[in-house]
Amino acid sequence: MAGIEIHGVTKRFGDVKALDDVTVTFEPEKIYGFLGRNGAGKSTLINIIANRLFADGGSILIDGTPAAENMGVHDKIFCMSEADLYDDSMRIRDIFKWTGRFYDNFDIDKALEISKKFELDTGKRFKTLSKGYQSIFKLTVALSLNVPYLIFDEPVLGLDANHREMFYDIMLREYAQSPRTIIIATHLIEEVSGMIEDVVLIDSGKILFCEEVEKLMEESYCVAGLSSQVDDYCRGKEVVGTDQLGALKQAYIIGEREKIAGNDSLQFSQVNLQKLFIKLTEKGGESI
Amino acid sequence: MNIDTSGEIPIFIQIAEQLEDSIFTGVFQEEEKIPSTNEISALFNINPHTVLKGMNMLVDQGIIYKKRGLGMYVREGAVQKIRTKRQGEFLAKYVEPLVKEANKLSISKEDLFELIERGYDNGGN
Repeated sequence: MAGIEIHGVTKRFGDVKALDDVTVTFEPEKIYGFLGRNGAGKSTLINIIANRLFADGGSILIDGTPAAENMGVHDKIFCMSEADLYDDSMRIRDIFKWTGRFYDNFDIDKALEISKKFELDTGKRFKTLSKGYQSIFKLTVALSLNVPYLIFDEPVLGLDANHREMFYDIMLREYAQSPRTIIIATHLIEEVSGMIEDVVLIDSGKILFCEEVEKLMEESYCVAGLSSQVDDYCRGKEVVGTDQLGALKQAYIIGEREKIAGNDSLQFSQVNLQKLFIKLTEKGGESI
Repeated sequence: MNIDTSGEIPIFIQIAEQLEDSIFTGVFQEEEKIPSTNEISALFNINPHTVLKGMNMLVDQGIIYKKRGLGMYVREGAVQKIRTKRQGEFLAKYVEPLVKEANKLSISKEDLFELIERGYDNGGN
């Protein structure tokens, strides 16, 4: 089967269970948002997929082939993350050349073209670049590689608004030109919510769900009104969180929107992805 | 065009509505090409599948059509079609909420008629 299939993957760091029996599939040619709070296990799972870490248990199949210690998958996956895997005294254009030798599907002309758009000086050495430009360089490498699985772990860290916009623009154009699986792990949910087709939510090392964004939005809503009326309405429904403001209560619900005829005092509205994320991952279900 | 990705309305519907509006106001003329899925996708940071879904809504309504290998074009008679559709929606979309709000504010039917007259006088065109 095509895709990245993750089955029962577990990883411990000492006493901490970083990943707890994680099973999820990333399908071909889809853009995923991989969301989770700090320390939820996002980077651990990404590093295991990219063969930078080994799982304690479970398996990962890439297009049906086991990923662990398999150099064949190296041509299929590229992972851009905060880790610097480069000789930092090399000039950017020389790193491009080396990348071309390691990856058959690296398009150096495209890398130079993208560098130009970002005004990345390819004559500079990696270590002399600012934090933002070091990220831009790594994004440029990722965007110039035509691999079926592209993973971005916090891609826009340190980028200003213009450069973030430019990255999303180039990424979507590349995706349209040659569709591939793109997995974006990010905290900037609002920025990517229109781009991602599916969302995978991880919390405390467990996958909470993997769902189409559009479907998720259809199936979740917010109801507001007097506390007692909201409580009555919520009975028997799946409430993921609430906010209280004096006598006013707001509840976030997953399920079909059931409107009660003749009741105008309850107000219904859409919940956005960020709000839903916060409510689902709030510790102890408390709100401030 | 302006797409609100955290808003009440699903993105593909916003895409369809805004394209429809641009056709209705003459930004895109009949038998003219409209921007491609990929252009709209990159400009607004929207997944191309979502954009296509919005465009297909307009295809289904006979407002735009696909020229193989060339892109999407505005169908002849699209403006009239949009006008007819919107006239059909006018009661539910504008008049009923207006009456509901007027009732909430205890504005009588006669007063509402008078306000509408005044709206015309103020040059609402």
